This record gives sequence, C-alpha cells and structure tokens, in this order.
Amino acid sequence: MSDHRGDLGQDDTQQGPGLFVSYDTPDFYCELMNRRDPPPASLTLIRDRLAHFGLTELRQRARVAEADLYNLGITFTVYTDRDAIDRILPVDLIPRVLTAAEWDHVERGVQQRVAAINHFLWDIYHERRILKDGVVPAGLVLGNSNYRPEMEGLDVPGRVYVHINGTDLVRDGAGNFLVLEDNARTPSGVSYVIENRHMMLRSMPDLAVGLDLMPVDEYGPRLRRALTETAPAGVQDAQVVLLSPGIYNSAYFEHVFLAREMGVPLVEGRDLMVENGRVFMRTVAGPRPVHSIYRRLNDDFLDPHVFNPDSMLGVPGLVDAYRRGNVTIANAIGTGVADDKAVYAYMPRIIRYYLGEEPILSNVETHICAEPEGLAYTLANLDNLVVKPVGESGGYGLIIGPHATKAELEAFRASLLADPANYISQPVIDLSVCPTLCEAGVEARHVDLRPFAVTGDSTWVLPGGLSRVALRKGSLVVNSSQGGGSKDTWVLAS
Amino acid sequence: MNPVMIDIPPGGIGMPNLLSRYAECTIWLARYMERIENLARLIDVTETFVRARSTSTGWLSIVQINADDERFFERHEVASEENVVGFYVIDRENPNSIVSIAHAARENARSLRPLISTEMWMHLNMFTNAVSTLGPSDIRASNLSALCARLKQDCQTHHGITEGTFYRDQAWLFYLIGRNLERADQITRLIDIKYHTLLPSVAGVGSEVDIGQWAAVLRSAAAYHAFRRTVRDDMTPAHVVGFLLKNDGFPRALSTSLRQLYWAVGHLRTDYGLKNGYAAAERIEELRATLAEQTVEDIIVRGLHEFLDWVQRELHLVQGEIARAFWPPAMPAPPANPAPDAGFSQEQSQS
Repeated sequence: MSDHRGDLGQDDTQQGPGLFVSYDTPDFYCELMNRRDPPPASLTLIRDRLAHFGLTELRQRARVAEADLYNLGITFTVYTDRDAIDRILPVDLIPRVLTAAEWDHVERGVQQRVAAINHFLWDIYHERRILKDGVVPAGLVLGNSNYRPEMEGLDVPGRVYVHINGTDLVRDGAGNFLVLEDNARTPSGVSYVIENRHMMLRSMPDLAVGLDLMPVDEYGPRLRRALTETAPAGVQDAQVVLLSPGIYNSAYFEHVFLAREMGVPLVEGRDLMVENGRVFMRTVAGPRPVHSIYRRLNDDFLDPHVFNPDSMLGVPGLVDAYRRGNVTIANAIGTGVADDKAVYAYMPRIIRYYLGEEPILSNVETHICAEPEGLAYTLANLDNLVVKPVGESGGYGLIIGPHATKAELEAFRASLLADPANYISQPVIDLSVCPTLCEAGVEARHVDLRPFAVTGDSTWVLPGGLSRVALRKGSLVVNSSQGGGSKDTWVLAS
Repeated sequence: MNPVMIDIPPGGIGMPNLLSRYAECTIWLARYMERIENLARLIDVTETFVRARSTSTGWLSIVQINADDERFFERHEVASEENVVGFYVIDRENPNSIVSIAHAARENARSLRPLISTEMWMHLNMFTNAVSTLGPSDIRASNLSALCARLKQDCQTHHGITEGTFYRDQAWLFYLIGRNLERADQITRLIDIKYHTLLPSVAGVGSEVDIGQWAAVLRSAAAYHAFRRTVRDDMTPAHVVGFLLKNDGFPRALSTSLRQLYWAVGHLRTDYGLKNGYAAAERIEELRATLAEQTVEDIIVRGLHEFLDWVQRELHLVQGEIARAFWPPAMPAPPANPAPDAGFSQEQSQS
C-alpha cells in the first residue's frame, strides 16, 4: 500500500473497490491516478466511473470492441505468400485524459515547432542563413541522406513544406511534456485516433456520457482545406488526391480512411500520369487534372526519373511537374532533413533562431555523438542512457542502457565507436503511465502521445492525438510494430 | 447554360471522375460475388443429381462445364465428390474455388474501400474471413447443402447491402455491368450442366428422370415456382431452357441479364457522357438480337451446348470491349514520356 492512493481517496467521493483495487504506480507519473496537481472535477468523475466497472465487464467489452475493429477492417495487413493477415492495433478501453490546460500547452508548443520546421526547410533550400550563421552545422544538413538537392530554390506555395506533422511527446516523472522526436515526412496513425474515438463511444458510452470532450471528427475536412489552400497559385477548385503505395502497404487502411474523410480519390502511382509538366489521373472519362497530392510514399519512390529508378509505385515526371509549380506535394520532398534525430538536437536553437521565442515544449536532453563532448559523455554513461541511431525509425537498433546486459553494452560500445556520427544519446525518461487492462488485471503501462498538426494558411492541431501504450510490462517501446497498443485520447474542453 | 459545359462529361452526381482502376475493381467485385453464388448453385444441383444417381458423369460435370479438366486432373486422379467439392470450395491453389474467388473479391473490395459503403466492406470482410476458415469437415456430404445455402445467402446479403447503400453514380453502373455479365455467363453454365448429365441410354427426353433433372435445374436457379406459375405447359427441355434463356420477367434469365447490361452501358453514355462504351453496347445489342430472333427449339436443334458456348465467348468479348473503353492499357501519354504499363488486369479464369 503506498501513500498516494490514500491521497487519492480524498478526491474520490465514492471510490469503489472495483477496477483500481490493486493498481499501484509508486515510481511514475500516472496520467489518471497519480498526478502532481489537483485534478479537475471531470477527471475525478472519469476515475470514479471507471472504478465502478468490474474487471469481467471491462474484459467482455474489450472482446466485443476487438471483434468490432476486426470486422470493420480497421487493421494493418501483413502479407505472406498465400494470405493477407489482418491485424488490429490493440486498443485499451481506459482512455488517456488530458486537461484543457495541458492541451493548451501542447497545442501551442506543437504549432511553434511546426512553424520553426517550415522556416528551417525554406531556409536550407534557399539562403541557408542558419548554416552560414553557424547555428546548425552545414555538414549535418547538406550531408544528410534526407537532404534533396532537387528542392533547392523551389518556392512551394505558402512556404509550407510540412503540411502534416506528428510530434512524439512523452511525460517525465514530474509530468512535464518533452518532445521525443518530430515526424515531418509521412507521419501515420491519425486514423486510429478517430476510429478509437468511435469505438470508445460505442463501447464505453456510460463512461463518456455528459463529458465535454473536444471532437476529433474535423481532421479530414481540415486536411483537405489545407491541401486546397496550398494548391498551386491560380488553381480554382483544386483536385486533391491521396497517393498510396496500394493495398499491400501495411498502412493502407489509414490511406483509405483519410481519402474517405477528405472525400478525395485514393490513387496509386499507376493512376497518375504527367503530360507536359502537368499531372493527370486516369478516369473512365479520360485524363483529368490533379493539383494537390497528399502522398503516403517516401521521397525515394515518388518519381523513377529522379529517385529510385526501379520504383513502380511512383509517377514518372512528377518531380518535373512539381518543380514547374504545377502540382503541390504534401509533405514536400526533402522534409526528412528536418525530422532527423541529429537535427532534432538543434531544434531548440532552431526555434530561437527563426521565431525569437523560447521553446514551449522542451526536447529531451540530447547528446550528439558526432560532437567529441557528446561522444565522451555517452561512452562514460552508457549504462544510464538511451542511445539511438539517427536516420532510422521503428524502435530498432537502439539500446536502453539500464535494461541492457554487460555484453550487450560492450557490443554496442563497439558499434558506437565505429560510427559515432550515427548516434545520439538521451537520459532514460521515467515515462508516464496510464492504467491499462492487462492479463492480470488493470496495471500501469507506459504511454506516449503523438499530436497531429495540419498546416495550410495556418496550423491546426487535432485535439489529443495518438496515445500509444507499451503493452509489455515495464517496456518503454510503444511502437506498434513492437507490441504496442493504443488508447483513445480525451481532451477535456473545460 | 455555359456552352462549354455540354462538352465536359457532366459529373452527374457524386464523384465526377471515377478512376479507371475503381471501375475495373467494381466490375470484378460484382462478378466475383455473383460467381460465388452461382458456383454454390452449381454444386447444389450437382449434388442433387448425384444423390438421385441420375448422372453418368457425376461430379465430373462441374469440372467440364468450367473447363477445368486439366487443372483438376493435375491434382486428382478421380472426380469423386470429395475431390471435386474440395477443389471448388476450399482449394486455395485453384483460382476458381470459392475460397480463391472470395479472396479475390475482398482484394478488389480493399482497393474500393474509399468508394464502397462501410456496411458493404464490413459484410464482405466477415464473409471472406468465414470462407477462409472452411475446412474438410464443412464440405462433407451431410453439410454440403447447408453450406451452399449459406454461401448463397451471404452473396444475396451482399447484393442487398449494395443495393441499399452503394452510392448511385458511375461506380454503381459498373457494378451492375459486372453483376449482369457474370449472371448471364453463369446461367448458360447452369443449363449446360444438364446437357452434360443427360443419360440418353437410361432415360430419354421426357422420362421421369429427365423431368426430375430439369426441375432440379430450375430449383437451383430459384426458377421453379415462377416457371410453374407462368408456364402452363409440360416441363419439356424446350420450355425450361426457353424460360432460363428468354423469359424477360425472370431475374436470372439470359435475356434479363443482357437487357440490364445494355441499360447500364447505355446510362454511362446518357448520364455521364461516357461515349466510349459504344462498341460494348453494340456487341450486347447483337447478342440480344441473336437470342431474340431464334426460337428455343431452333437453338436446341442446332445444338444447345454450342449455343451456350458461343454466348460465353461473346460475353468475354463484351468484357474486353468494356476494358478497352474504360481502362485502356495505354491511355494518351506524352510521347517523350511513355507511361509504364499499368500492369493491372484481371482475367476471367474460366471461359
């Protein structure tokens, strides 16, 4: 029995014996049960309502919800030689709740960060002031594998490079939001945010009733509007399309979802063609012009004339049409240089440089192994740090010092020394936790948060975002390809 | 009206520019779901014949009318019930099996998810998931009839959901084209199965066995009661075949399917300005005229099987005309910049 649960009892007018009877989070910031501030009344209400659920009841609802997701095909698909195996992203029925004040902070912080990233991208593909001023090392940008010379001097409409951004946030032991990484290429997961809400309102109507939650349904129209606002100048009634690699892509459901929410055609590379520097889609009535492309393909696959010549997924001539200003590509080509883990370390300085403001959201303290002092610190504290390869995603290839064996640490030390520029290191963050339905009952599991920002004439942030949860006990890796699940994120409007 | 508007293919209602790929997938989705239903009907009626011991060719008939002899005998020595039903229901290696067709239907539906209703997708998803779990115990003789009934019902549920929820624009017309092309093709196969099971030496035309078989054919097409109600004469081959080929009131009759096919292609032109369908419409019209101008007695005398075969070939050509019109492999592309081969076409594996 720990003290904090006794404290909570005072907030809870009718704390039942139910769901949280053996819930215990002595060492972490719990978003629901162990906050440092006095929670608003609506959060206490959610807690009380949850406490009165029985475990059996919750499990029963979880089973129904899971079958629902499966039948609706809200799945990612794993293809084998003979079969298409649909998997759902597990959703936990206990929501992750953000207060209005917390959300205000996150929203402003994300908007600030997106503004800085767009300034940065315009600058490095034009004047390169930030490099000349020595704020960011030129080699880090110009030598980056995600830097695209094709973008030099190109004026994209509204100077918007990153139309869709996902900012990965975590909370530390004190509840502070910290930016873990930026996703400025083709961030995924937003469909789960919206589908999770639909599912929650179906499965847990008695939990949500009467609460003033900020809605998530606006994402599709907002995105379409942003893509229309940033269409090439002079285009009336812009034709927007979503470009997908096709049904064999594991995120195909999300592509479908977004095309439907926006009300635009989902096209594949073979549906598009370029004629005289203009992009058309093949329809039953013949070729029809296309003005804005929300692409869910990486840069390398966009145009075999310019990038990977073997790509069957892209559109020959697309980059030429883009450079002529006849089509908008969202996100722009070459944004990967801004969300690189090595550039990330400079983001607070980038914000100050362009906006003259202090960062609203802090970075996790980061040591750049390309720099001698960063490398020395990392080597000396390897067993206390998380060391990550730059230019990689998916949670592979990183080492979490405190969780690693001596042999693993030594092996890692060798790869680090062999190529120090390929790594950054950060302290292990005591990620915040949320009560989560597990095999043995309701237990604490680590969560992160990915809010999605949409930028056209201005930047709008979808209230909440994707809360990913590490379903394995003690695991800090929330990535869906490594046993992660998700939670619905409730933003309290008041 | 702005005169320019007249030349622009009017959007009609809904998505004005249907992607060619969507049109193609829509046709195949409709065809595959119709094909599963008809395959279930074929298996059902064959089972009836076999159970009544009124067939010399037995389960081989289905293999023959689907022209699957080669593929089947690569895999099996004898056309036993177990082998044939397994081949047509649960064999994943056979592209003409129900499990394979259901998989193909779902992959087309997956491509069409931006277009079709959530309810259509959800049902298809559940249906194809259920089909993919079918195993040997589901196709045992004692379960077979119930299984066929369930498959038919699921296909009919699909048709109902589609009818009730699919948005009425060009895609709907392509859906109708697919459904009616397949339905026209399949009714000829259902009639043909009787041809293949005729037992001239044991039971002549008009014998009790013969009549029983024709009644089974009618039942398997859901035509028995309508036939009894509207055709006062005896159940002769000519009357039954005439009903299934030429009765304009019967929804699965060849003439009805062709009429609806013609209607849908025509509406692509009149409602959406899609004039490319002209060649397909002309071919359908010729097929209708050929069917209308001969009596069923003529057809039988000249050779029923040959006629059915000819119809199947014509329908295949209609599908080809539609493909050429609406998803041509080489659409106008810049000469300096040839577009890569679209590399996407589905062939009807039976013909």
